[in-house]
Amino acid sequence: MRKNFKMILEFEKPIIELEKKITEMEDYARDTGLDLSEDIKRLSRKAQSLQKEIYSKLTPWQRVQLARHPDRPYTLDYIKYIVTDFLELHGDRYFADDPAIIAGIGMINGERVAIVGHQKGRDVKENLFRNFGMAHPEGYRKARRVMNLAAKFDLPIISFLDTPGAYPGIGAEERGQAEAIAKNLLEMSHLPVPIIIAIIGEGASGGALGIGVGDVILMMENCWYSVISPEGCAAILWRDNAKAPQAAEVMKLTASDLLELNIIDKIIKEPQGGAHWDHEQSASILKKHLLEEIHVLKQLDVKELLQKRVEKFSQMGYWVDPEPKKRSKRKSK
Amino acid sequence: MDWFKKKKGISTIEKKALPDGLWIKCESCGEIIYRNQLKSRMHVCPKCNYHFRVNSWEYISYLFDEKSFAEFNADIQPGDPLKFKDKKRYSDRLKDAQKATGLNDAVVTGIATINGQQVIAAVMDFTFIGGSMGSVVGEKIARAIDKSREERVPLIIVSSSGGARMMEGALSLMQLAKTSAKLSQLSDEGIPFISILTDPTTGGTTASFAMLGDIHIAEPDALIGFAGQRVIKQTIGQDLPPGFQRAEFLKKHGFIDIIVNRREMRETVSKILTILWPQKSAAGEQKKKENKE
Ligand SMILES: [Zn+2]
Repeated sequence: MRKNFKMILEFEKPIIELEKKITEMEDYARDTGLDLSEDIKRLSRKAQSLQKEIYSKLTPWQRVQLARHPDRPYTLDYIKYIVTDFLELHGDRYFADDPAIIAGIGMINGERVAIVGHQKGRDVKENLFRNFGMAHPEGYRKARRVMNLAAKFDLPIISFLDTPGAYPGIGAEERGQAEAIAKNLLEMSHLPVPIIIAIIGEGASGGALGIGVGDVILMMENCWYSVISPEGCAAILWRDNAKAPQAAEVMKLTASDLLELNIIDKIIKEPQGGAHWDHEQSASILKKHLLEEIHVLKQLDVKELLQKRVEKFSQMGYWVDPEPKKRSKRKSK
Repeated sequence: MDWFKKKKGISTIEKKALPDGLWIKCESCGEIIYRNQLKSRMHVCPKCNYHFRVNSWEYISYLFDEKSFAEFNADIQPGDPLKFKDKKRYSDRLKDAQKATGLNDAVVTGIATINGQQVIAAVMDFTFIGGSMGSVVGEKIARAIDKSREERVPLIIVSSSGGARMMEGALSLMQLAKTSAKLSQLSDEGIPFISILTDPTTGGTTASFAMLGDIHIAEPDALIGFAGQRVIKQTIGQDLPPGFQRAEFLKKHGFIDIIVNRREMRETVSKILTILWPQKSAAGEQKKKENKE
């Protein structure tokens, strides 16, 4: 359970301190031969309950921090634990291969699947290579190509969402970032195979949604998903990036908010302390749900599947429609 | 997403110096133009060809045949699903915008004709919270697409929008998916969709329906893009090349079919429709529709 984390969040510190103490006691007991097992047990219980307490009242901003935790499992980590015979496929066939998006094929418990997902890096070097999980148009087009491949050979698609946003750069605009995302939204709306979306970290706006249209949307417990990042929202509405925690509060971007808003279908529990405490367990929990969903969706015939998919997104939103056709309609002059 | 950015080159002092609002100064070349003349020229500067931003009803009067536009779904009202509050309550922002514009939200949808040919239209309005797309915009556009598909009538969307509306959070984001999903159905039915992109069309609007037309028409010099210029500048730490994200830039890079002067927009759209969806097939379309029913 105890790990060497790259980063410790402020609210995790008391837990980590306790864990450290436990380790020290264990070492001391081993070195001296003293029996400290009762004390260690007591401290362990205390650590557990402390963690439970802290995590039972996380603020939206703390969830955002967890979603960004550099020790969190990324797409390739989930693939490692969930998918066998994974074969990564590269390139959009037009311009380049974008390492910020993973695409490939493989097996999950005997089910043939196609996988797409954003990929962040774990250190500076890797992050430069992965562009911090911020995709260019060629990334979205690679994903589309592999999803079309999946449709052609009847493979269900699993898409992992985890990005701070589509990359805002000159080349990205020149090569049509907006068009690449828009095309994916349209194509994913009518691909004749089941599509399961799993939000595993950050779901920032169009950059996330660009591979996020599907039949079922699962969301890990400590993730965020919204129209803009809290920092971006704060910069525009408060004209102050530092107001990000307040922005996170009002944006309704956590998993439970989104379940209430009917945007996601299911919240996936993370191991205590968050997914970064145990990659393997996180993956095995998610895997169970993915398999369940695949089996359910495979029962539907294509027509029903697609109809339900469009309906799903059609009902999203909030508006008031007072008895249509009652009032006189406005005419142009 | 720069909704609150001031328009370039027009200061309040200059505005005040113009008597009675009878005259208006071109934001691009500075020419003083008689307001009525500007209207008769569809808000295109006679001297420099600058395309002024116009609201939805003005655009409707310029693009469609006189008195042909009949609005539908006019009464759909926005709400405040997140109880969103920054410096101001979203519900107050909505009220203010409604009062200032006389609109319920940032898009007007209806049925109209262009040179006698029937079309379904959605015209966005930048004066309503920056033309931002929240649930109502998404829903009204989705219904317009449905209508276009059911009636087998070509669809025209005129975009002018800063992108998705922040104050409805993820619900706004989902409107990108909703409208695109509806367009996939329209596309499967083979009914034409002409996307007209005016200044500005950015963010989530560009990343959904605006970039999904069979034909993409832009107005000259319109700002069209995904990311905001300030964000890009901050990210890459250097200045942006001249003309970046303008209509001509997008055409050069292959994302716009044609750039058309507003004063020729009606004729151009009409020409496209005559070729893609000729009037003479109207009877045939009627039959197809009946067969479906
Ligand atoms: Zn001018």
